[in-house]
Amino acid sequence: MISKVCPSVAEAVAGIEDGATIMIGGFGRAGQPVELIDALLEQGARELVVINNNAGNGNTGLAALLAAGRVRKIICSFPRQSDSYVFDRLYRAGRIELELAPQGTLAERIRAAGAGIGAFFTPTGFGTPLAAGKEHRVIDGRDHVLEHPLHADYALVSGHLADRWGNVVYRKTARNFGPIMAAAAQSTVVQVDRVVELGAIDPETVVTAGIFVDRVVGVGERTWLREGAFVGAADAEGNPNPSAIESRDENR
Amino acid sequence: MTVLSSGLSRRELAARIALDIPEGSVVNLGIGAPTLVADAIPEDVEVVLHTENGMLAMGPAPVPGHIDPDLINAGKQPVTERPGASYFHHADSFAMMRGGHLDICVLGAFQISEQGDLANWHTGAADAIPAVGGAMDLAIGAKSVWVMTDLLTRDGTPKLVTQCTYPLTGVGCVTRVYTNQAVFDIIPAGFAVRELFGTATIDALASATGLHLRDGRVVPLADRP
Repeated sequence: MISKVCPSVAEAVAGIEDGATIMIGGFGRAGQPVELIDALLEQGARELVVINNNAGNGNTGLAALLAAGRVRKIICSFPRQSDSYVFDRLYRAGRIELELAPQGTLAERIRAAGAGIGAFFTPTGFGTPLAAGKEHRVIDGRDHVLEHPLHADYALVSGHLADRWGNVVYRKTARNFGPIMAAAAQSTVVQVDRVVELGAIDPETVVTAGIFVDRVVGVGERTWLREGAFVGAADAEGNPNPSAIESRDENR
Repeated sequence: MTVLSSGLSRRELAARIALDIPEGSVVNLGIGAPTLVADAIPEDVEVVLHTENGMLAMGPAPVPGHIDPDLINAGKQPVTERPGASYFHHADSFAMMRGGHLDICVLGAFQISEQGDLANWHTGAADAIPAVGGAMDLAIGAKSVWVMTDLLTRDGTPKLVTQCTYPLTGVGCVTRVYTNQAVFDIIPAGFAVRELFGTATIDALASATGLHLRDGRVVPLADRP
């Protein structure tokens, strides 16, 4: 019997070594595998290289990992946000290395790693500081720059449902980097709201096939869901919002 | 010398841009002022909004109590889905840009040059934290790249320039610039004034920007002042 299901988030992140390169899914807070990041904090790995679109929001999740001094370098497209104060402070103090990539180039470099592509030419970034030092070629009359794949030792991804074979479905814009990171890493860990029976996910709707997934852990439904249905009652940060619950009940 | 009035408000400019978006277009609106364009597209006109974090047919902000933290736009604000919406991963989302499938994007800008070069991601200041996001992909990817901006910065410096001095986002990518004073097309010869707002004149715009401006107005001759 194949079972990739881990009984706890601690077991899901066990074995991640100091110095590992880790892809962390999510765009802002949507799709950020907060429970796995918290487990990684607890687990203690240091000197990490993190690949994410951003560089953490507020004090939780990726920002907490940064604040704890566990991250040596971050590869991302958009570190500066209204609530990226943890990263901002570390960066200004010279305590974290930053590699900036255009968002689509970041995504395609991750995709290329999972797809076994050696490198690719893209028109994005030509003539800008982010193309400095990169090989240049004119293809069909258009300027392109050479970009290389981004591999990782681990990917930490957040999905909606998974089965014990690691087939995953996502929810709305929380999908973002999940599917491409799952394919790009040596070892992929997926946290989901619920682990369901094998066969319970319609094969036509599987987004990440189990071949790309090594470990699965159920973390329980978010406050805005009930058995997969949207029930509201959250604020934009995903925190429970009692006033939202009241207004929902009034509408019934 | 003619002094320019304040021109159109952000909301008026957004409404003006919305008029130029044909039904059936797939459009990406950049973070900030360009998002106002969405509010100006009439409900019954089918324009499909793309958000680069992985969605087509994005709808407006949710009503209170219906915020879904899994459903956000590129500015990380809660949004809704319209009938016909679809979700996809990031590499597909940027394939839509880079692959030339998006009809129009509307972006903010620090500077736009006569050659259509765009600078909108980094001031280059030593203490600034650089953040590029999807700006470079949008700039080279959409079929039409429009900029929405004030003609001048708060301290009166023109944003339309002969050469950008800020780090570039894209080379020769901007096709049209909507400002609070006028709409400009970028043609091989440089900036051409397409439409004037309020009391603005081509001479006043040329004086304020220090640029040689062509008259590219598309309004019927009879309607010209």
